[in-house]
Amino acid sequence: MTAEHALGSQAIPRWTHPVAWWAWALGLVACVSRTTNPILLGLIVAVAGWVVARRKPDAPWANSFSLFLRLGFIVMAIRVVVAMILGGGIGDHVLFTLPRIQLPDWVAGITIGGPVTAEALLTALYEGAVIAAILACIGAANSLASPARLLATVPAALYEVGVSIVVALSFAPQLVADVSRVRTARRLRGRPDRGARALAGSAIPVFEGALERAVDLAAAMDSRGYGRTRPMKQRDEFVARALVVISLIALSIGVYALVDGVDGGWGSWLFIVLGLICAIVGLRIAGRRSIRTRYRPDPWALPEWIVTLSGWIPAVIFVAVALNDPVSLAGQTSPLQWPSLPVIPTIAILVAALPGMVTPLPPGGGSAPTGPASDIRRQEVRS
Amino acid sequence: MITFDDVSITYSGAAEPVLANVNLTIPEGELVLVVGRTGSGKSTLLKCVNGLVPHFTGGTLRGRVTVAGRDTRTHPPRELADVVGIVPQDPMSGFVTDVVEDELAYGMESLGLAPDVMRRRVEETLDLLGLAHLRNRALLSLSGGERQRVAIGAVLTTHPSVLVLDEPTSALDPGAAEEVLAALQRLVHDLGVTVLLAEHRLERVVQYADRVIVVGGAGEPIRMGTPDEIMIDAPVAPPVVELGRLAGWDPLPLSVRDARRCATPLRERLEPFVASISGELNVYGDQAFSMSDAIVRHGHTLALRGVSITAHAGEIVAVMGRNGAGKSTLLGTLVGLHGLNGGTAIVGNAAPASLRGRDLVTRVGLVPQDPTHLLVADSVHDECIATDRDCGLPVGTTRQTLDSLAPGIADDMHPRDLSEGQRLALALAIVLAADPPIVLLDEPTRGLDYPAKQQLVSILQSLAHEGRCVLLATHDVELAADVATRVIVLADGEIVADGPAPDVVIGSPMFAPQVSKVLSPQPWLTVAQVARALEPAS
Repeated sequence: MTAEHALGSQAIPRWTHPVAWWAWALGLVACVSRTTNPILLGLIVAVAGWVVARRKPDAPWANSFSLFLRLGFIVMAIRVVVAMILGGGIGDHVLFTLPRIQLPDWVAGITIGGPVTAEALLTALYEGAVIAAILACIGAANSLASPARLLATVPAALYEVGVSIVVALSFAPQLVADVSRVRTARRLRGRPDRGARALAGSAIPVFEGALERAVDLAAAMDSRGYGRTRPMKQRDEFVARALVVISLIALSIGVYALVDGVDGGWGSWLFIVLGLICAIVGLRIAGRRSIRTRYRPDPWALPEWIVTLSGWIPAVIFVAVALNDPVSLAGQTSPLQWPSLPVIPTIAILVAALPGMVTPLPPGGGSAPTGPASDIRRQEVRS
Repeated sequence: MITFDDVSITYSGAAEPVLANVNLTIPEGELVLVVGRTGSGKSTLLKCVNGLVPHFTGGTLRGRVTVAGRDTRTHPPRELADVVGIVPQDPMSGFVTDVVEDELAYGMESLGLAPDVMRRRVEETLDLLGLAHLRNRALLSLSGGERQRVAIGAVLTTHPSVLVLDEPTSALDPGAAEEVLAALQRLVHDLGVTVLLAEHRLERVVQYADRVIVVGGAGEPIRMGTPDEIMIDAPVAPPVVELGRLAGWDPLPLSVRDARRCATPLRERLEPFVASISGELNVYGDQAFSMSDAIVRHGHTLALRGVSITAHAGEIVAVMGRNGAGKSTLLGTLVGLHGLNGGTAIVGNAAPASLRGRDLVTRVGLVPQDPTHLLVADSVHDECIATDRDCGLPVGTTRQTLDSLAPGIADDMHPRDLSEGQRLALALAIVLAADPPIVLLDEPTRGLDYPAKQQLVSILQSLAHEGRCVLLATHDVELAADVATRVIVLADGEIVADGPAPDVVIGSPMFAPQVSKVLSPQPWLTVAQVARALEPAS
């Protein structure tokens, strides 16, 4: 067994392939989309959180999980409040009654206010929990997979596009920093630093700052050889372009046919497969122009397979259970009853926790306790 | 290695060229220092070397710049990436990836080097610059000196024969600056890299330079020569050189070590006057602000751990300490940017965090590290008018203040186009409009050349004379020696020294100014002091 196949703490610390983390997280999302059972949803979030806590690297982008969790709670709260206001009145366990607002005739379908039932609230809560759980899964992938390393797996022909996306993403935290900087400046000049007017006054300096940084970064990338290409044969260039155009057309036809249901069978799939093949070959040829090489690419070894499968196996089980026994996955609201804990889906979710044990630790310690040295380092980080 | 053949550069829209008829030949393996006033075209000269001027910045290049035989007219920056490495002024602005090791590899990936070559060079560079223990660290978490070394390493991995750096030590504390300079010297000595370096802090770098280029700006021709030739009459000179000129030493010493060798006669001449310096007693006014046991927390880190300071009107207090010691936090706390997690802070008669708007700015004013952060308008005129309106002053008051600080700034200039010194003056004028009895400045000398610094010294002294309390956070030991009546040294959020400037800085290997290092054990701090003492004697 070679070093890269080693599992868990036996392995030399290395990055687990970012695509594996995303595959795992999308598997969890698939599970979430099949259930409204709050216990199962909570379990999925807990498993994702546990894996993040065990394998989160010590990097600024790795703190997004808690951010996504908070976002999820906000979504849940909004969903519940909206359900309360719009009422709807399913079920008969009335908790309290809001004053009803009379709306004009042309919005006859909507009521505002009225009795709020436990059933309606619970339904809203469960639906909100689904969205929150999906956000948590995506947040987990964001914390575990470095955006820069994910970018490195993009095909050479699309590298430039990928860079612009990553740069755009990295601007979000900087914008936040800029906003606080501008607020500081307003305070120092004795101007209001809170409220809508202050926000309007700070928009231009913030965007100026962002633009300036973008130009600086572009200059730095240019001076470091970004965008160097080797000349391409004219014939290759033509073939690559033609293939990309053909693949786009084929994909459009295929997807249209599939969605529209004109021909739900093999025809549409044929077009989709043709489109994909053309796209792959076209990008391959176009990629020859790039001279980029990869420094220490992340290997795809045993841990990566386990991560991927431990996301997909639960997904397959959930889909199968949803087809055969949909009731066990649904959070029952009418009649009101405690959610059940179905055995098979629960075991399936526990499978998804495997990556927390089998993946190698991320380099630089991660958040697994590594003694006082890591604490000292963390202090340095923030000073 | 690098040749400038009758080069003139004119930016679009400008009437005059920034650089005119430059002829230079820089041989291989030299460390060349570029000096000159701000706005004289130093950065333009540096950016010409890898073709950023004019390919990226626009403008017209006349003449020819060649690097390792490649003409920058036909080679855009990316085609020169394997021969020229350029490190921008703020290393953070040039980082593309987020981890040290990936950043070192980025340039090589763009050039398409083979994986085994990349692997080897990354390891070599990590060792060469002493970065091995940082390899997996996030770039954002590094200190200033570490960032600067990573930025140098990131361009070194492609094995360029020329390294160009724009003010690599201006934002660093003295210790971190020495780390960076030691790394540069090693490159020149061991690898034969040609280094081209612009820097205002001559006292830090001039001793390492093989050659000095003086960029005069505005029509003056560019001169190049050995450091001792240039330093004899250079308009900008470090204190050790000025002391040498004063004492008439020949050859002119460039480092403290050289100077100490010839300093014995001077020390003997100065011996009778030593008593006169300790006799200068200062009397201060009322209490301006006080902090007791102040604790400030950023996340999990304690930025201030129980700091107690009381300062009075008429004092000039310099706060020193390494990057991240809590200097900026201390200043920020005094204007209420950070709430206290313990202890008290009283500014005037109120807690700063509770103050807003006019109540705040009439009690205390802060000029932030980058003065541009304070500036929002499109022209100097608009900025001044807005300030008058904010403070309810008659129109033109701020403009008058500005003219007294830095005369001759055109009304229609965009604040971004001002020189660093002018921008600092504008920010200071805005802060002074509310007439605060306490003025705080965060790193005011960053990017200032010697004349601008001299002007800052006299401004600060007149502020103190008017009865204001001035508190400045600085890495610049020479400025602190020049202007401060009291020095506070912070380390890890605690005060480790607090006292009259001479008591604190003399004998400190980090914070002693050059004159003090040369003349110790005698307690002289500045060239001006020495000159005053010698005047009646001569």
